[in-house]
Amino acid sequence: MHELSIANAIVEACVERASGGRVIRVRLEIGALAAVMPDAVRFCFDVCAKDTVLEDAELEIVEIPGQAICRDCAGAVALTAPIGCCTCGSSNLRIVAGEELRVKEMELA
Amino acid sequence: MCTTCGCSLSNEVIYTDPSTGARQVVPVAAAPADAHTHTNGSHEHSNDHPHSRHHTHPHDHDHSHGAGAGHAASATPHGRTIALEQAILTKNQLLAERNRGWLAGREIAAINLMSSPGAGKTSILERTIADLRANVLIHVLEGDQATTNDAERIRSAGAPVVQINTGTGCHLDADMVARGLRQLQPQRGAMVLIENVGNLVCPALFDVGEQARVVILSVTEGEDKPAKYPHMFRICDLMLINKVDLLPHVRFDAARCIALARNANPNIRVLRVSAETSEGMEAWYAWLLQQAEAAQGG
Repeated sequence: MHELSIANAIVEACVERASGGRVIRVRLEIGALAAVMPDAVRFCFDVCAKDTVLEDAELEIVEIPGQAICRDCAGAVALTAPIGCCTCGSSNLRIVAGEELRVKEMELA
Repeated sequence: MCTTCGCSLSNEVIYTDPSTGARQVVPVAAAPADAHTHTNGSHEHSNDHPHSRHHTHPHDHDHSHGAGAGHAASATPHGRTIALEQAILTKNQLLAERNRGWLAGREIAAINLMSSPGAGKTSILERTIADLRANVLIHVLEGDQATTNDAERIRSAGAPVVQINTGTGCHLDADMVARGLRQLQPQRGAMVLIENVGNLVCPALFDVGEQARVVILSVTEGEDKPAKYPHMFRICDLMLINKVDLLPHVRFDAARCIALARNANPNIRVLRVSAETSEGMEAWYAWLLQQAEAAQGG
């Protein structure tokens, strides 16, 4: 259940930058291949945000689809898991999107 | 607290040295080990640090916002919106790199061992400590949710050990390892084997500052684990297939297991071992000693 640690890290990062201001919205990017469940982050975020300047802040999660480039034929491959196969048959893929795990921005009251 | 697995925020991490019984109890929300001073000042986080996990840093993060409220004004193109553009695990990553530097400065090879519970991590460590006694000084950080049972086993095998009890936590993070290392005080040139909490999911996300990562899979678990938990197999350098002495008694297609692991990670090395009978352990020791040599600049 690493989403709790993730949510804690999000709250810590925002508190550090909010300088005491009340945060009303936080925007995240979570990639489909990041091994993090957005719903679990949402649940844990509310728990972690309690009694901080982020309490009751809206959590906006932008989900980024997984994308890879085949190392053998350079074709683009859409991924829903960190493993997959190119149409050329190769599974030697370089993931180029979908591993994001970022706090993009936050909005103060 | 958490409905999925019962993780709790009112959590403590306990560090125990079984040889002295000395215990240190640290609340989870405590500041990281020796105050990592990451303030509002200039944010020296360039894209080129050698971290091994998968966070991407799409831009150079060099805007020098002043401390306190000042930076809010300078970084608010949309009124009260503050752009953070920060990897969520930045803090853990920074602490992991700090551990890496601490270890490198002492020429210590730290290896992170991960598996599901019962795959044989502790048994492999016991055998390794006994067999490599003459070659390298091994220290162990033992991660478990509860009990010091494994640390006792390691101590009996003859290695200095610190038990890290994560309470309800499901993985070791860089801060826990930093504290564990401080208590363990490994000697220069030693090897630190980090036995992570038994779990094929969460430990894959948390860099602890190790030099290399090993996933252990036993033949009693089912050969499709690499397909079920691809994240773990993707980030590991080596897969140990343990308990191969049981192969005649179980349905386990080792070739398929290896193919699935390579599908997740074409570069993963694979060794077949039995901590029980010592079969294949020489190759594992050779790999470990290579790691020790690399840490010593060899």
